Amino acid sequence: MNTALQPLDLTAIRKDFALLSRVFHGKPVVYLDSAVSGQMPRPVIERMARYEREEHTNVHRGVSTLSQEATDFYEAAREKVRKFIGAGSIKEIVWTRGTTEAINLVAQTYGRVHVKVGDEILLSAMEHHANIVPWQMLAQEKGATIRVIPMTDDGELILESLDELITERTKIVGVVHVSNVLGTVNPVKAIIAKAHAKGVPVLVDGAQAVPHLKVDVVDLDADFYAFSGHKLSGPTGIGVLYGKLAHLEAMPPWHGGGNMIRSVSWEKTTYMAAPGKFEAGTPPIAAAIGLGAAIDYLSGLGLERIATYEHELLQYATERLAGIPGLRILGTARDKASVISFVVEGIHPHDLGSLLDGEGVVVRAGHHCAQPVMTRFHVPATTRASFAYFNTRDEVDVLISAVIKAIELFK
Amino acid sequence: MTDPRELYQQVILEHNKKPRNFGTLEACTHHAEGHNPLCGDELSLTLVVENGLVQDIKFQGSGCAIDVASASLMTGAVKGKPVAEAEAMAEQFRGMVRGELVPGAQTPLLGKLTLFSGVKDLPSRVKCAVLPWATLHAALKGEAEASTE
Repeated sequence: MNTALQPLDLTAIRKDFALLSRVFHGKPVVYLDSAVSGQMPRPVIERMARYEREEHTNVHRGVSTLSQEATDFYEAAREKVRKFIGAGSIKEIVWTRGTTEAINLVAQTYGRVHVKVGDEILLSAMEHHANIVPWQMLAQEKGATIRVIPMTDDGELILESLDELITERTKIVGVVHVSNVLGTVNPVKAIIAKAHAKGVPVLVDGAQAVPHLKVDVVDLDADFYAFSGHKLSGPTGIGVLYGKLAHLEAMPPWHGGGNMIRSVSWEKTTYMAAPGKFEAGTPPIAAAIGLGAAIDYLSGLGLERIATYEHELLQYATERLAGIPGLRILGTARDKASVISFVVEGIHPHDLGSLLDGEGVVVRAGHHCAQPVMTRFHVPATTRASFAYFNTRDEVDVLISAVIKAIELFK
Repeated sequence: MTDPRELYQQVILEHNKKPRNFGTLEACTHHAEGHNPLCGDELSLTLVVENGLVQDIKFQGSGCAIDVASASLMTGAVKGKPVAEAEAMAEQFRGMVRGELVPGAQTPLLGKLTLFSGVKDLPSRVKCAVLPWATLHAALKGEAEASTE
């Protein structure tokens, strides 16, 4: 039997998440906010706790057994990340604090070298602020322009526009793999192929993609791929920048300090090779090890099984929500991950968010750090439910009842 | 923890649905914009102040029910009042929803506005309730903008 077809053991999985047995306002917690931050399963928390309790020190320091052991765990986590995203070498895996820092790193190193006055940076209409603001800051400094790949009312990027939008002045394309608001899975492989045909590199914001689908950076041919540990059942404070080795080698360092140097003198300092030259200072070691443990956990469940199950939840929740009169789903792309944004006529998303909270249902209400997407759909904010592998159809039903109850109150 | 549902009393729901003093005073003497960057609530307040009295006041904008009802009830409460009293009410309202003042006993000027006191148990919503009052304060001080950042 194909393991991908065996269902997940939800009863066992849910025991790994202590949050799920908490009670808010007298109601069991229904956590539908994994797109904000994924919950960490017990083995991840225990692995990090063991490091802090028994193995804590610094990495790449000295000859002690303790330091060597920590360095080995830390570098083993890097190897787990490499394998997880299909990268060719651990030299291409840079630790960052998260997706945001990874994108800023590229903007401030690759970007500052290559983007000049009059150049263009091409972004998509559904970017998170993390893949907008670093580029705006760079564009302002250099006198460059931001251009935008438009999207349809369904929340799909209009790929035909790329032929015109990618010009000889385009120096980099930034595109989100999975929209944190609309759930759209963008055809990044096709976008990358189009950009490469004109010699333009592409940075992919994969923060919402890695928890939901199998990512292979080599197959995508991405130049840069950024994501965060905490969306991936890991801790906050750790993230990853994948970069093609040729890019990373050619890029100048960013933050200066210890760890990233080969030798320092008053006359001249030389830097480590990638990824070391981008990793100044003491890193979040426990968090890196925790991210490695999270990858082990997800791999143990099977990414295909997770994707299949989440897709079932998405379909079920979409059908049920769409059946509520006055409720409109934003983002109806053909290919979606388990993220659903919606608005209800006559109820502001923040009121709905508070009322759902009263039913124990944790969702996100707001602009989701994607204000241009709100503007595009003419809404101030949305309510967003996002589903993970530990959620159940029963929990979808709780969401539906809570939404209906709120609508009744506002009638 | 209070059930958020308790905050959504009929008065608030009703003022949200049919806000009073909604619109813009063309011949205003005071004006300010308020915004709550976290929620995206936007509020535009216009006032006519004459002889030290708030002769007229209107608000326009979009926001959550707490914000709209707060603006609607506020405009009704301060209309015809001396500027100093409106400012004192703003002080009491702020203190009440932040849980610093006991509703009623320590907020004698607020009257039925004490129905917003439950907001103190929903810290994420305090800014929504306060935005109209912060905007009023800005307008009376001659400032163009108020933000609950």
